[in-house]
Amino acid sequence: MTVESRFGPYGGRYVPETLIPALDELTSAYGEARDDAAYQAELARLLAEYAGRPTPLYHAARLSERCGATVLLKREDLLHTGAHKINNVLGQALLAKRMGKTRVIAETGAGQHGVAVATACALLDLECAVYMGTEDVRRQELNVVRMRLLGATVVPVESGSCTLKDAMNEALRDWVSNVGHTFYAIGSVAGPAPYPAMVRDLQAVIGAETIAQVRERYGRLPDELVACVGGGSNALGLFHAFRHLPVRMTGVEAAGEGLDGRHGAPLAKGRPGVLHGSFSYLLQDAWGQVMEAHSVSAGLDYPGVGPEHAWLKDSGRAEYAAVTDEEALAAFAALTRLEGIIPALESAHAIAYVLRGPCDAAAAPPSPTVAGRHATDGGRVAFGPDGTRFAADDVVIVNLSGRGDKDVHEAAQLLEGPA
Amino acid sequence: MSGDARTPAAPLAPRLRRAFERPRAKRAALIPYLTGGHPDVETSHRLIATLVDAGADVVELGVPFSDPIADGPVVQRSAHEALRAGVTPETVFELAAAHRDRVPFVLLTYVNSLLAYGGARFFARAAEAGVEALVIPDLPLDEAAATVTGAGVEAETAGGLVALASAAGVSLVPMAAPTSTDARLAMVGAAATSFVYCVAVTGVTGPRQEVGEALPGLLERLRRHTAAPLAVGFGISTPRQAAHVAGLADGVIIGSALIDAVARAAGREGACAAAGDLVRRAGAAIAAG
Repeated sequence: MTVESRFGPYGGRYVPETLIPALDELTSAYGEARDDAAYQAELARLLAEYAGRPTPLYHAARLSERCGATVLLKREDLLHTGAHKINNVLGQALLAKRMGKTRVIAETGAGQHGVAVATACALLDLECAVYMGTEDVRRQELNVVRMRLLGATVVPVESGSCTLKDAMNEALRDWVSNVGHTFYAIGSVAGPAPYPAMVRDLQAVIGAETIAQVRERYGRLPDELVACVGGGSNALGLFHAFRHLPVRMTGVEAAGEGLDGRHGAPLAKGRPGVLHGSFSYLLQDAWGQVMEAHSVSAGLDYPGVGPEHAWLKDSGRAEYAAVTDEEALAAFAALTRLEGIIPALESAHAIAYVLRGPCDAAAAPPSPTVAGRHATDGGRVAFGPDGTRFAADDVVIVNLSGRGDKDVHEAAQLLEGPA
Repeated sequence: MSGDARTPAAPLAPRLRRAFERPRAKRAALIPYLTGGHPDVETSHRLIATLVDAGADVVELGVPFSDPIADGPVVQRSAHEALRAGVTPETVFELAAAHRDRVPFVLLTYVNSLLAYGGARFFARAAEAGVEALVIPDLPLDEAAATVTGAGVEAETAGGLVALASAAGVSLVPMAAPTSTDARLAMVGAAATSFVYCVAVTGVTGPRQEVGEALPGLLERLRRHTAAPLAVGFGISTPRQAAHVAGLADGVIIGSALIDAVARAAGREGACAAAGDLVRRAGAAIAAG
């Protein structure tokens, strides 16, 4: 099996020539590792014994009652280091080792990917540098401390919006300069090929487990999958195993201050363009300058999105909603009080979507006047970014991609106001 | 259009070719690089005139982009300043058009600026402005030949950017790096319709203590695949380094050092004096060997 480089028209390798041989090397090394039973066995062992897989599929009864649907949470937040990021990182770090690379670099927004990379590098004795925008260094200070304790060098990036986009620019520049001995561990389904396909494959364990768990427990498939989308790795991780099954897939972007203001929703409001090596939806101005995204959650504060999501959107296989900062903060508080689970602000976006409650599409004929929905030509009910797609009593699985320890300080300030 | 890939590359960029064949009293063509519209549009005009007076054989102008991943801090800063001042591709086309009679122009643009403008439209406008060749650092050869489609852009790039560029009479300059394999260099050589941009170092733009030791090997390997002129950029900041590269290649590109000199100078006059001085000294060093 080859490693995909395009998803429909999206993807590609829009990077300097200097990196092309390294991407070729990575593509072939990954292709070999993927088909190698020894690599897969070692990865499976680490995922089970070190990271804590399988993660539970939890029936959130009180949340379900509030939402009017059966809501199951895939508990990626229980993994070692606190988020789904470790799934991908263990796979890439083993690959770096296998390729004889001695140094690993990464970009990070919320710091969850950075912490995961620093962790894997400590485990596998690799040198580690993590690029992080200064704005994110400020709002995710706890994760900066964790990375440093783990022996990583955290490089603050002070350019542009000082967030994830700028950290990724700087990581790419580092890679261009040190490509011989350095492995670039990208944290999402973004970047040049083979990263979008490779990271998706490494996260696909989430959906594969979920199928088995939901079938065993309920004897059926779920009606809908829901996951937040920044770059989009936790969403593709959940979706991938379901791609040929009759299950709705819904990604939730960050609507920030609202889709007419500052936000992080390129699928809702952007248009195709090239950023960080791949062709996908992008927040850009009329001249193609990349615009600064905004989200209360550092992990969704990104103007681009993985190319496979662009294709899932265009092809109609997945649909995308968007949730504001305010809704996400309310969901953060709600899940904490209802279930005793403090979610990452990223994952709180997916929770906010289900908290909107069922749409009444099944009960009432589609009407353009119903907020958040409108009828499309084919009679299919499309929904706007501020609507939902599930009916009352549907089984909806939400990927709880990370835990909220890192956000407690930021969220407390925003919810209660400065002390 | 699909036949273009198999037929030999059409001769494009006649003035550029002449500039490489007969650099003005030098062993290699001297190609200063400026970010278009930096530090401001009026100074940019004056700088271009100064560079030509100081002996530039070709001028390379950068279209400022928000996320220039191939550039080091100096070029990044100049791009962000130019963007804040409202510079667009249109500004840069106008700069080239105003001076086209005096010197051939090469434009450097990141691919998204081109896609947003519309591929065919961008190439047509470039040709009209007297730009003979485009350097696109984030468009490797494979992607240049691929059709890029997607909501809103398919009509603009059907047939691949290479085909669109040659239809407009503009040369897309392939890039070669020290990391390029021989198979890649063969592709680079076959795609050269004006010159090849050789990256001197494994890294981003910006001054270096030494020009990369990988450079002679790269040029030697590349010569086996093409007769096109080879211009070298990335990390050449001093007249001594320019002279060294002129002994190996057909063109010497000086970017960050020039932009840095402009940025440090006081006022418009100071910027022109500093830029003229650097280019004159580099030209003299290239002539002397």
